Amino acid sequence: MATVVTDGAVEEKGGLEFHPMDQFEVLPFFGDGGVAWYTITNAAVWMALAVVAVFALLVLGTSKRSIVPTRMQSVAELAYGFIHKMVEDICGKEGLKYFPYIMTLFMFIVTANFLGLIPASFTPTSHFAVTVVLALAVFLTVTILGFVKNGTAFLGLFWVASAPLALRPILAIIELISYFVRPVSHSIRLAGNVMAGHAVIKVFAGFAAIAVISPLSVVAITAIYGLEILVSFIQAYVFTILTCVYLKDALHPSH
Amino acid sequence: MATDTVTHDGLADATGVATQAADAPGMPQLNFETWGNQIFWLLLALLAIYFILSRVALPRIGGVLAERQGTISNDIAAAEDLKVKASEAEAAYDKALVDARAEANRIVAEAKAEIQSDLDAAIAKADAEIAAKSAESEKAIAEIRAGAMDNVRAVAKDTAQELVAALGGKADAQTVSAAVDSRMKG
Repeated sequence: MATVVTDGAVEEKGGLEFHPMDQFEVLPFFGDGGVAWYTITNAAVWMALAVVAVFALLVLGTSKRSIVPTRMQSVAELAYGFIHKMVEDICGKEGLKYFPYIMTLFMFIVTANFLGLIPASFTPTSHFAVTVVLALAVFLTVTILGFVKNGTAFLGLFWVASAPLALRPILAIIELISYFVRPVSHSIRLAGNVMAGHAVIKVFAGFAAIAVISPLSVVAITAIYGLEILVSFIQAYVFTILTCVYLKDALHPSH
Repeated sequence: MATDTVTHDGLADATGVATQAADAPGMPQLNFETWGNQIFWLLLALLAIYFILSRVALPRIGGVLAERQGTISNDIAAAEDLKVKASEAEAAYDKALVDARAEANRIVAEAKAEIQSDLDAAIAKADAEIAAKSAESEKAIAEIRAGAMDNVRAVAKDTAQELVAALGGKADAQTVSAAVDSRMKG
């Protein structure tokens, strides 16, 4: 970018270099070289930081166990209450058994999202590799759980008993397709939203190289950054609530 | 250089992701060479968070919340107890007040009755005394009056006898006195 600016601000737009996707590259954190499965990459570092953040918030923040909570403990309790209530409301009492699992998903996604908003950071949740694993884990867990808990009655999920008999086979096909599309939409929604926001910020940052446009560019970056804060939370929330909904289907397959 | 960039960007814009994905950096999300690495570290991170949450954080926070709930409900129960006690005390106080007031009224009534009876007795006594006194006085007056008449009579008899004697008449006392008596009656 620096070369472009020194070359002259008179250059037209096409002369600007946009690399909005460079920020998503997975590179070794220490030194150069290839990326093997065990390499400590930037992705690994930021996931580790997410673990550290979760630990700091939920363990260090609550270490005093005070009846009148401190600020950190208050936030931790808020997160706990938020997900606990969500699981209880959607899945019912028996869903609370899976509360730690759902809380893990939520805390990982929300901290990874927010850490990703730090400039020059890396956002693990912008990668399909991550979200696909998360979504597939939910999908497989829910499907296996559904069959274990309900046996073949779980297939009742696809057999809409309240619909007219003639429509049921058609609905069953639709239900089946929508069931298998779940992990796809579940994962692409999260990664897509996070990636798009970060890429758009980068594009606006690219425009900042033109002196005339740069104030507008800065304003736009600020605005989108605000939006991204919202998206970071909402996408974590959406992912979690959908997990709860799928879990409810596994526990109570009847429509 | 400038034209190079223009054509490169134009191409990228026109064909979008497809071209970029073909490039090495393209869309890093679709660079499957890094998937293994990310998945490995992701699973590690998730396991770490899961153990942190299920072993330490969640039981602790749940415990704190339950404890707080317990404390709050205990406090509320204690407050309700105190409230009941306060209202009991208030009722007792009110009752005591009512009793005291009734007692006071009774004492006042008693005192009033006593005073009234004393007063009545005193008035009766005074009346009797007054009646006795006035009877006595009347008697005295009557005596005085009678005494006065007797004196007047005596004086009149004496005067009449003297007058008769002075006029040269000889009058025995008995006649004069009879005459005076008859005159005085008349």
